Order: sequence, then C-alpha cells, then structure tokens
Amino acid sequence: MASYLLRRLLIAIPSLLGISLILFTVLAMAPGDPFSEMATNPNVPPEVREALRASFGLNDPIMVRYLRWLTSMMQGDWGFSFASRINVDKLILQRVPTTLFVVGSSQILALLIALPVGIYAATRPYSVFDQIANTLAFVGFSLPTFFTGLLFILVFSVALDWFPFVYRSDIAATGWRWYWEMFRQAIMPIMVLGLFQAASYTRYVRSAVLDVIRLDYVTTARAKGLSERKVTLRHITRNALIPVVTLVALQMPAVFGGAIVTEQIFRIPGIGSLLIDAILANDTPVIMAVTFVFACLVVIFNLIADLLYGWLDPRISFS
Amino acid sequence: MKDHDLRRLIEGIKTGSLSRRSFIKKAATVGLAAPFANQLLGFNGVAMAQNATIEYKPTKAGGGGPLKILLWQAPTLLNPHFASGTKDQIASRIFFEPLAGWDKEGNLIPQLAAETPSKANGGLSADGKEVTWKLKPGVKWHDGKPFTADDVVFTWEYAKDPATAAYTTGSYKDITVQKIDDLTIKVIFKEATPFWADPFVGTAGQILPKHHFADYVGAKSRDAPANLKPIGTGPYKFVDFKPGDILTGERFTDYHVKNQPHFDTLEVKGGGDAVSAARAVLQTGEFDYAWNLQVEDEVLKRMETGGRGKISAVASGDIEFIILNTTDPWTEVDGERSSVKTKHPTLSDPKVREAINLLIDRDSIQKFIYGRGGIATASFVNEPKMFKSQKLKYEFSVDKANKILDDAGYKRGADGIREKDGKKLKYVYQTSINAPRQKTQAIIKQACQRAGIELELKSVTASVFFSSDVANPDTYTKLYVDIEMYTTTQPQPDPERFLNQFTTEEIANKENKWLGRNVSRYSDPAADAAFKAAQKELDPAKRAALLIKVNEIFCEANVILPLLSRTRVAASVHNLVHDHSGWDVDTWNLAAWYRS
Amino acid sequence: MAGSTLASPSAEPVVVPAKTSAAVSPGRETWRRFRRHRLAMASSVVLAILVLGVVIGPWLWPIAINDIDFSAQLQTPSWAHPFGTDDLGQDILARMIYGGRISLAVGLAAMFVATFVGVVVGALAGMSRRYVDSFLMWVTDLFLSLPQLPLLLLVIYLFREQLKAAFGVEGGVFVLIVIVIGGLKWMPVARLVRAQFMSLREKEFVEAARAQGATKFRQMVHHILPNALGPVIVAATIEVSSAIIAESTLSFLGLGFPPDIPTWGRLLFDAKDHLDSAPHWALFPGAAIFLTVLSINFIGDGLRDALDPRRVI
Repeated sequence: MASYLLRRLLIAIPSLLGISLILFTVLAMAPGDPFSEMATNPNVPPEVREALRASFGLNDPIMVRYLRWLTSMMQGDWGFSFASRINVDKLILQRVPTTLFVVGSSQILALLIALPVGIYAATRPYSVFDQIANTLAFVGFSLPTFFTGLLFILVFSVALDWFPFVYRSDIAATGWRWYWEMFRQAIMPIMVLGLFQAASYTRYVRSAVLDVIRLDYVTTARAKGLSERKVTLRHITRNALIPVVTLVALQMPAVFGGAIVTEQIFRIPGIGSLLIDAILANDTPVIMAVTFVFACLVVIFNLIADLLYGWLDPRISFS
Repeated sequence: MKDHDLRRLIEGIKTGSLSRRSFIKKAATVGLAAPFANQLLGFNGVAMAQNATIEYKPTKAGGGGPLKILLWQAPTLLNPHFASGTKDQIASRIFFEPLAGWDKEGNLIPQLAAETPSKANGGLSADGKEVTWKLKPGVKWHDGKPFTADDVVFTWEYAKDPATAAYTTGSYKDITVQKIDDLTIKVIFKEATPFWADPFVGTAGQILPKHHFADYVGAKSRDAPANLKPIGTGPYKFVDFKPGDILTGERFTDYHVKNQPHFDTLEVKGGGDAVSAARAVLQTGEFDYAWNLQVEDEVLKRMETGGRGKISAVASGDIEFIILNTTDPWTEVDGERSSVKTKHPTLSDPKVREAINLLIDRDSIQKFIYGRGGIATASFVNEPKMFKSQKLKYEFSVDKANKILDDAGYKRGADGIREKDGKKLKYVYQTSINAPRQKTQAIIKQACQRAGIELELKSVTASVFFSSDVANPDTYTKLYVDIEMYTTTQPQPDPERFLNQFTTEEIANKENKWLGRNVSRYSDPAADAAFKAAQKELDPAKRAALLIKVNEIFCEANVILPLLSRTRVAASVHNLVHDHSGWDVDTWNLAAWYRS
Repeated sequence: MAGSTLASPSAEPVVVPAKTSAAVSPGRETWRRFRRHRLAMASSVVLAILVLGVVIGPWLWPIAINDIDFSAQLQTPSWAHPFGTDDLGQDILARMIYGGRISLAVGLAAMFVATFVGVVVGALAGMSRRYVDSFLMWVTDLFLSLPQLPLLLLVIYLFREQLKAAFGVEGGVFVLIVIVIGGLKWMPVARLVRAQFMSLREKEFVEAARAQGATKFRQMVHHILPNALGPVIVAATIEVSSAIIAESTLSFLGLGFPPDIPTWGRLLFDAKDHLDSAPHWALFPGAAIFLTVLSINFIGDGLRDALDPRRVI
C-alpha cells in the first residue's frame, strides 16, 4: 500500500509537468491578447501596444516562455497578472476562502440531499417517492444554472425582497449579525449550485444502489435476519459508493476552481470569476496559475479516489 | 459659409461688443449647441465655464452615509496610467485627479488647475505650441503633503518613459513640461496643436504624487506599493482593494473643494453582467449607481417602472458603424487578405454599397433595440455638434435599393440572390458578440434578403475581436470579411485624433502588424489633404469644416455606414444626484455627488 | 487472484459457446422486458414525437424563423403564434422547430461521442493494471484540467475554416460542436467506467468466465460491461441536456452556429432578460429540453432494467 502510494506520487510529478506544458501551449496559442480593451481608443498608439506586448514577453517563442514560467514557478514565483500588475499568488489567495465556502457548502448540500433521496428512491423503485424524486432531478439538470440563478433572484430578491443578490466579501458587521448577513447572501448561490449538483448525484446514487440491491449477498444478509436498516446502510450503501466516490473526487477540484456561471450571476469573488475575467482579458499568468493548481488537485483527488476504491471494495488490488 | 459668421461673432466678443451670453445665443442660430459654443470660445482666448454642470446643494462636507457604486466589470488596478479599461479609470479617478476634466456637455472644467488656460489669461500662446497651467493653491495629498508643480512635471516624466509601460504614454511622449514656479507649469508641444487639452486632462491626465512614485519610474513601476494603495488628491481616501472584486474608501476631510464630498464612505463593487447591475439599482436598490448599461432599452424601461431608480443617458463620442470592405477578403496577396492591392468583386462597386446603405433600417434599430442608448445617424462624427456633418442623411428603402441594383445590372438568380457576371451578392457580416449587435445583424440581414443580397452572420467573442493578436484572423483590424460592424470611441470632445482612421498612412496591413487605425482600407487623397490641413489649422471654424469634410468623404463613398451615435447609459436610485459624462469617466466629478 | 488465470494461450482462439438453452433469443427477451416498462415505452413515444416534430414541423408550420415584425413584440401565445413571439416579433414555435433539429442532433450525437470515448477509455484503463491505466488516467486528468474557454477559442481558430471547407457552413459547425462537446465531456464517464471495472473484474462471475478461457475482450464486452452500464446510462442522459445547453454557450464564443440560428439553449439564454415580462419565451424551450431529458432518461432506465436479467418484471 505504502509503496503503491509512493509510486503513484512519483508518477504524478512527470505527469503534472506534461500537463503543464500542454496547458501552457494551449494558452499561448489561443487567440487574443491582453490589450483588447484599449483597441479602439485612438489615444493609445499602436507602438505602445507593441511595446507592452514585448515587455510582457508575449513576442518570445512559446518554449522560451514556458521554461521561464517553469523555472520561476519552481522558485515559488507565480508571476504577475497583466491586468492588475500584482503577484498572481496574492490574487488567488484573496479568492480561495470565498470559493471554498460557497462551492464547498453547495457540494455538502448536494450530498446531503442526494444520498438519502437516492438510496430511499432505489429501495422503492417506481414508487411515488421515486417518481417525484426522479422528475425533480430531471428538472434540476435540464435547467442551466444561469437560468435557475436568475429565477431565484427574480423571486427571492426582486419580488419577495428576502435576500440580497450581490455577494459581498466584506460584511460590515460582527458577531451574530455577521453570520446572519453571510447566510442571507450565500443561501441563493449555494442553493442554485447545490440543487443542480444534487440532481445528478441523486440519479447516480439511485442507479448505483439499484445495481447492488439485487445482488446475492444482499439477499444473504437479509436472510441472515439483519434489519432492513442495517442491510441498507452497511451492505448496500458501502458497495454502491464506488461511483459516488468517483463523482465526488471529480467534483472536488471544482471546489477550488469555483463555479464560473454562478459566481458571475451573484458576483461572488471566487476563483471562478477570477478565471473567467483572466480568460476574457487574456491574462495568461493568472489563467496558467489557476489551471495548474486545478490540475494538481485533479491528479491528487484521482489518487485519493483510487485509494478509497480499495477501502470500499477490498478485492480491488493495488499491484 | 458658417465659419465666416462664427469668426465674426468671435471677433465681436473679443472686442467687447458682444456679451458671452449673446454670443452663445447667436451661435445657436448657426446650429451650435450652447455648451459647444462655449468650448469654441475656449480655443479662441475666451474663458470657459468654471463650474460643473450640477448644482451642489449640501452645506457641509460629510454626513451623507455610504455611497455604493456597482460596476459590472470589476476594476483590477488603481494606477491611472496603467488603467487599460474604463473600469480601472473609473476606480483610479476616485483617488486621483487631473488638472481639468470634461463635463457631460464637453466643457473643460478645472479640477486641480486654478483656471482653464485661455488666450485671455495668457495660458495659450499665439503660435498654438505652448499651454501654461496655473495650479490650484492649497491642495493636499491624502497624506497631508502639499500638491505642487513638481508632481505635475513628475507625472509627465513617469508616463513618457517607455519602460514604465504606461497606457497613457501617447499623451506625453511628444511634449515637454516645464516648471515655472510651485504653482505654474508649461506644456510645450513640438508643433502647433489646436486641440491642446489632452496632457494632464481627463482620464489620461491624472496627477501622481511624486513623493510616492519617484523611486518607481521605468521598469520598477510595477513594484510601487502605491499602485495598490493609492494616495491622491481626490474626494475619497483609500481604505481597501481586492482586485476584481471590491474597492472601499472614506471621506477625505481635507478635500480642496468646500463642503465636498457629501458621502462618508464609498464602496465600488465589481463583477457580474449589465442586466443584473441595472436590476440591483433599479429594482432592489441594493446599490446607488450602476455604470455603462449596454442593455436593451425595453428591459431597462421595465425595470424603471415602479422601481427605485432612474436611467440617465448622456451624449458621447461612441459610434456604432458598419464597414463595407472594398478590398478582397477572400484572396491572399503577399501573405495577407483584404490587401489594398486587391479589389472586392462586388463591394468595390459604389452602386452596391449605396444599395446596402439604403437597406439599413436605422430608425427601427434605434427604436426597438438601443432606445435611449443611441441616436440613429448618418454621420461618423456626431459630437460635439460643431463637428457633425449637416449634409449627410440616411434613408431606409428596400424599393430604392432594388432599383439601384436592377439598374446596375445585378439580376436575381434562381435562389433569389442577385448576381452579375457570375459574381453573387453574398457576404459574410461580422461583429463582436453582444446581444444588441446580434439583433442589429438580424434586422439588416432580413432587409438585405428582400433586396436579393444574402448575408452570412458571424460573431466573434469580444476578447478575440478587439485583440491585436497577429496570428488571429478574426480580429477587427484584419477585416477578413466583407462587412464588419463595431463601436469605436472618440475619447475627447474633439475628433481630430479620432479621424486619423480615415487617412492613407493608417491603413491596417501586414507591415504594421494590422495595428493601423484605418480598418476600412479605403483612402482618398482629398481626405488626406483635409486631415493634414486640420492638424495645423488654429482657426476653429475652418478646422471644423476640414474635419467635417474628412468625415463626409468616407460616408458619401458608402464605405463607412454610421448607424448610431451611442450614449452612455447609467442607472441611479431616485435620491442620488450624480454627474456622469460621455467625455470623461463616470467618477470624474464624484466629489459633487450627493443624496437629496 | 491475479494468479488464477487458468486459460492457457492455446485456449484463446477457441470460441466459447455462449448459447444458452433459453427458448427466446436474448434480444427478443430484452425487447419483451423493455415493452413492459410502461414509462420507457411512453418516453419512446414522446421522443419520437419530438424528433418527428422538428423533422416535419417546418411543413406543418411554414412561418419563416427570421420574420421580424416589430408590431408583434413579445406576444403571449395565441392562435397566430401558438408559442408567442420574442422581442423582435419572431415566431417562437417556428424557431423552436428549426432550432430543435440542431439541439436534438447535437445533444444525441455529443452524448454518443462522449459515452463511447468514455466507455472505451474507462474499460481499457479498468482492465489493464499497469502502464495503459496510468497513461489513460493521465490523459483523463489532462482533459479534466484543460481550461475549456481558451481551448475552445483555439479549436475554432485552428479548425473552423478547414471544417467549413470540408462540410459546408452548417455541417462543419455541427461536426466541430459534436467533437468539441464530446471531447470535453467524456472524462467523468471514463472515470466511472474504470471504477466499475476495477471492482467488477475481481468478482466471481468474471473469474468464472476467465476460468472458462474467455479472452480479455470477451470478459470486457460480455461480462463486465453489461454490469457496469448503470452509471453509464445515467451519465449519458445527463450528457444530453448538458450538450444542448453547452451548444448555446458555444455560440456565444463564436464557435457555435451563426447567431441567427435559434437552438433551444440559445432561445433559453436570449429569453432570460425577459423572464419577468415574457415567461413564455423561456418556458417552451425549457420544457422542450426537459421533455427530451426526461424521455431519454426513462428510456435509459427501461433499457437498464430490460438488460438486467436479475430484475423481475
């Protein structure tokens, strides 16, 4: 087990290097440059734009730029943002807490809904409960978050005036009031994201449980006289968790990466909105840093998922 | 001719036979709006307006509580000379001020200057090469140090250094600035410069404190701590800034205008989209002010009814227009398409261009899409009014277009598309991605269909369309399409520099890496000559006539088809009195905003 | 367990007889079971109606999709415009019929591409234990970490002209979109399938098959895959809706169909600013996407139940 872990971690280094090279190439080749905003302004002469391109190193060959990025990255220098001209790591660190809070909570919400609903629905397939749960789930993932987010705003902010829809990272309040304000502003984005995620999780959980519920060992467990509750929790759920673990591991990097659309709608200063702004401004150092951290998380959580498979199903061997 | 009358009037006021007020009245009779008449006087040695366009009522500074501004594009930096976009210029203008700013009517209003230079006060030299600015005494930086001529001279040194990589370099690299005394500076131009109000004026003119930036000129400019913690002379002091998210400030108690500012704290939140920004002001009142609402007017009107706020629209120099490409975008010559060495198979025919101009239903586009956001026009330059062509008119007539095409020998084929000598009237019509533009495309496409012209619509994401990426075929300056539409900005209330996009030397091509400003590639020696003459002409009326000629040559050739003169649209809650301008950033006169 | 590979190399070419002594063939049996799944049958009918509607709809409802009529802006449903009109006075029913062809085709085709790639990659990774698995997971991780927007812009810029030349304007865009959406959505399927394979390949029935000398390919296709289909079907159905919506996102990048082609996702997006005053504009495309997803899901459920011999219907 330990040697397996070590081996996987050693493989991770070259594979991340490879990923970083490809990421960098894609970003460098993608069309656009950071100066589109001043394009039609006659006060910014073309020479200025050209000089800026050169000073940002945009005219060098891709490999030179990649090696420059890699060497400074090794020394802990993440580069500086073209758009705000400050260090990228600082920019990212400002956004991390908000993203972890909002996207993390929505993932927890999604699991809290999906696990019980999915399991219960699968134990009674085609019952009224199952049908309702399914239909709601279909509605959930048929509607994109830009739509549900707007619907929430129209209902809860405009019509009912219950919640604000502009998220603020600095609430001028302390103590209980702070928590209350935080709750009020975070509830809508968390619900939008959480429900969207819960809809697909529910379908996966239901399907996974249906897959194992008819297996022989479940029948055996029941025959042994174990209570239905125990059978469901110990025997069915554990074996049904493999797809769920896979999905959660897939989603975990997104807890860091943020949710671009939802963050835009509610103006949440998270990593997702940082990334989209950087992409629209062609702020390569920021895009590169965010996607590279994201890539590291993808690799790490893939590894964690593999380890969890072994724990959930001891027959899966790590050879 | 008009310029003759004007000159007589100006002479009158100079010799004292005519009062300022009656000059403005008389000028109005020859088609000049009052404020622009004011400005015309400015260039001829008569003082300009010294007050901003709003009346300031509060009798003491402070006490207004918080002011909350929502920008749907979030500011990312606060150094005005690095500000690449309006969002950053708006944010930095809260803390920094120029010597003078532009109000919504195009008047030059002194801010850090004691008065605007004029011939009467000796500020403008007779040869048009020197401008002397007197600075306002008693102005303090936020850290208590006095503001002096040294700061102004330093700002010039800072911005002109190419290694600083300032976006404002263009305004400073060709001038010299001298300190006369602690409160006087002189700007020296290399050549006679009729439009002198550029360095130290408006967005590009914000003055930096020498004592905070002196060690950070050139390559070190990025390391200045003050880039993120600005210390300026503005009405609000810096508190906190998270790039791309939120900016907070508090009242500067030593502000140099009496009883200003009104608000105690300031918050500028960024991000999201324009529609929801309008919603947050008009419908929920979460914010007091939202900027640049490029939203269909229908949507705004609905939010306004029974809501908590109102919309205001001011004139600006933005023009939405179409280019008909007279070069061939589908043939490559010497490594570039749309080369001036080629001719477009059908669009090089003036008759076809004339017909297409008749197929644009500008009134409907204004009425049903832009509303208060734009005014239908046939002139490329519309503001200030003295530079607008009175001759150019537009018309929408499918029948006339059909007749012109019939007469020119374009026959409808079996598919309903006209053709002549095997060349079909089929075009690719490109623009950037933006909902009102896509609707405009749909309207024009339908009208063209009725005249036997087929348009293939293409839209490119704005960050690619407006980039200067040499490798990319979809940038607007490449013009690798038949028809292109976008908005271009005339940043100052003077069209001279703006109109350089109609000169031969600015034609975008491979050689200048498509950075040239003449995207249409069309050229006319008469336009070149008129433009060159205007650059040196110190007589304002003659100069305006020359610039109008440049405009008319391109519009009459139907190469440039202006659609709408855009306005700047902002939303505010009912009790906020604000002052935004189409010639400067929204926060140019933030000190005078108050709650009634 | 790894040591229990009994099949000798010489046994490999031998075709293991798979015939069971059942009276009906497995295909017919599956169909019989599927038919008894009432929701799945009803859903097949609904999906057929949707497909038929968008295919023959333009003959039944011959209104031009781009007929601008400012006097009929944002009208609620009426006899003249059963689904109402949008803000340019264009008929929403006609636009939905036209756009539906693209949305349905893109949704279904992208689903097939994503699912197929995902299943193949996942199955190969799940069966092999060493380098193939490591490599395929590396590729999966790579695709998961690629920033989609710049990648899409790059793809448009590199391939649009070539595809346009090869397949024509609409055909080229269609191929591009299906490849792009499929190419960016297969990773979850691959991971899910791989996880299922890793667990299933150690199960008794696979071992039994292995003991009987089944080739790896046979083990994969006949024994493991049918048992791993549960999450695949769920993923595939979710893919349809996300592809329909993703298509509209693409057109905002200039990658999708030209802006005047009203796909369902695009209609929904265009309608959002008018949600409070003209809810009908969003309602119909939203409902169409929902119905498509719903019916494909139930068909998927029906297929799964029909394919699962343990389930008694």
